[in-house]
Amino acid sequence: MPRTLVKAGEVEGSYLTDGFTLRSWLLTTDHKRIAILYLASITVFFFIGGLAAALVRLNLIVPQGLLGSAEAYNRLFTMHGVVMVWFFLVPAVPVTLGNFLIPLMLGARDLAFPRLNLFSWYLFMLGGAVTLYALFAGGVDTGWTFYTPLSTMYSKGHVVLAAVGIFISGFSSIATGLNFIVSIHRLRAPGLTWYRMPVFLWSLYSLSVLLVLATPVLAITLLLVALERLFHIGVFDPAIGGDPLLFQHLFWFYSHPAVYMMILPGFGVVSEIIPTFSRKRIFGYKFIVWASVAIAVISFFVWGHHMFVAGTSLYSAVLFSILSYLVAVPSAIKVFNWLGTMHKGYIIFDAPMLYALGFIGLFTIGGLTGLWVAALAADVHLTQTYFIVAHFHYIMVGGMVSAFFGGLHFWWPKITGRMYPEMWARMAALVMFIGFNLTFFPQFILGYLGMPRRYFSYAPEFQVLNVLSSAGATILAAAYLLPLAYLLWSLFYGERAPANPWKATGLEWQTPSPPPTVNFIETPHVTQGPYHYPPPERAQPHG
Amino acid sequence: MASAVHQDFQYSSPSHQAETAIAGMWLFLTTEVLFFGGLILCWIYARHWNQAGFDAGARETKLWIGTLNLGLLISSSFIYTAGIAFIRVGNTRRLIQCCSLTLLLGLAFLGLKFGLEWHDDFAGHLFPASADFKIAGPEGGGARLFFIFYFISTALHGLHMLIGIGLLIWIIRRARREEFSALYHTPVQVVGLYWSFVDIVWLTLYPLIYLVGRG
Repeated sequence: MPRTLVKAGEVEGSYLTDGFTLRSWLLTTDHKRIAILYLASITVFFFIGGLAAALVRLNLIVPQGLLGSAEAYNRLFTMHGVVMVWFFLVPAVPVTLGNFLIPLMLGARDLAFPRLNLFSWYLFMLGGAVTLYALFAGGVDTGWTFYTPLSTMYSKGHVVLAAVGIFISGFSSIATGLNFIVSIHRLRAPGLTWYRMPVFLWSLYSLSVLLVLATPVLAITLLLVALERLFHIGVFDPAIGGDPLLFQHLFWFYSHPAVYMMILPGFGVVSEIIPTFSRKRIFGYKFIVWASVAIAVISFFVWGHHMFVAGTSLYSAVLFSILSYLVAVPSAIKVFNWLGTMHKGYIIFDAPMLYALGFIGLFTIGGLTGLWVAALAADVHLTQTYFIVAHFHYIMVGGMVSAFFGGLHFWWPKITGRMYPEMWARMAALVMFIGFNLTFFPQFILGYLGMPRRYFSYAPEFQVLNVLSSAGATILAAAYLLPLAYLLWSLFYGERAPANPWKATGLEWQTPSPPPTVNFIETPHVTQGPYHYPPPERAQPHG
Repeated sequence: MASAVHQDFQYSSPSHQAETAIAGMWLFLTTEVLFFGGLILCWIYARHWNQAGFDAGARETKLWIGTLNLGLLISSSFIYTAGIAFIRVGNTRRLIQCCSLTLLLGLAFLGLKFGLEWHDDFAGHLFPASADFKIAGPEGGGARLFFIFYFISTALHGLHMLIGIGLLIWIIRRARREEFSALYHTPVQVVGLYWSFVDIVWLTLYPLIYLVGRG
């Protein structure tokens, strides 16, 4: 049985009442407060990226393009991609939930390097500000991939400035990943062996390895692009013997692992939610954690599947195709283990569980269509079409964003000390699921029928499916505004949360909600593995 | 700060904290390996396809400056490491002397590299973006590529040296305030790791710039 380490009333106040000045927030080194700073920042970025997406979908309502300008359209989808990838999807779960929960799950009082943690937030904000300035002061029309020679020679946008912004925020990623790895190695509570760690920690650990090893390669690549653009000569310039394809190799050496940076934390969140709301131990713990590690390793060797039609050699293409199939295996292991966890469990359909279930379904569709495009012959037909757009949005939005909202609801009582309104949350989860599928499922069909991506106009026969997709986007937008409204409402009017509203295992639930600044008054001693759920109990998790 | 024991509240002992800081620096250096590694990979790849041009470029470099700088940097790392050995037995005065000497050698490196070598390179029309680039003909393109790598890599290395010099000044100031002792000198060790890494980057760049294709 979980032990209560801190009795109610034993601690005066929480991390939230430890100082109310702006200074006490902006100069804090408390990992919990930094997580809140990040949460506020990425929410802003999410809605900016979302606004760009809304305008993209608005344009595509009519075949000739409602905005009437291909230039503006290119800048919009670039803004959407850049903001969402680097300022929401990659950081979202690690810097908010990860920052908040890693020390709590470790039984530690903070991360290993608290000042570095705060510094990484300032880097993130500086990088974000520079990038947003570039995107609003004229924009960039290269797409988020900055392919050469478009980005180095022909693009008319603020490529250099955007690259500098992403470069700076990259160092924020590196600092965060470094802090997480060192903390997990060095700050585990007595008795917390590696196999007693929650899956969330293993996922964040695998993610951090990717952040630390892949991001520097992106940094040097963007630097080379920016310098080439500034001096009109560089290493990707074929006129002097350089190679534009080299850029694609370097870019995807970062950006394919980046896909797993986005989804691995989602795996971690879902692995916490499902045992809690199934009242059961997680099925195949060691398989799940080693699947995370396997994904982290294999993801470094699949980048070539982005370049099947770029003129790479057939032999390398075959190899990359096989490796891409291989990376699907650990992902599938996870899905089967989650299903095994739920099997014969006492499933409670609270909002976090609804998001987790949505995650499993949508991630599975995204993953299976990934196998289509990993197949060489199919990819030649499907690449650069809306099929790709639909595929990765099923992973990124259907998977990662669902997991983010699931985790946010799951740990909201711990973070804020307030319960969110359950009925509203369930409704939002449902509307989000419907809106998402209506937006992106038609895009699979559009892509299969041959509609290319990144064009502001299209053939008239595609209009019905495009209108369906845009209609779905409006539902999705409403579904994202719902949590913004009721979560903010709950901060002031929500029911007070007990220390452990879900009757979950895990160290973070054994300290008050919200936790005191020092996290634990006494350092916890761990004597058993995670997810020691009692036999299914016929009790409501709260209330 | 003046006390010998240095321990933040998330650590169980001062040595727990010291070892963690050192682990953090090692991991940071790993990211640096990937950063420079990406550049060096491009370099070797580009050289493979443009061998004659890269050879022509390498012949224009000043071997004596590069070699002298190599000697300066290796000596500086040696001296800094001696400083660490001194503070391990609590000798702050010798630590300050070693750090100051390291600092001087670092400044000498930067003076030779940017004051003399870069100056000569610009004067000799070796800047790859200039219209009157020295090497023309079929080898011109490859030679320009070589000098693109040359300028970017030496600039990045120089930037790391500047940061290292800033860190050395920080160590010297703290040492003068008697903040380090035989018991607590983690920052000295952490900065030492960084300084040696910057040294090793030069050990990698040196043959790429000055030796390969010269003969």
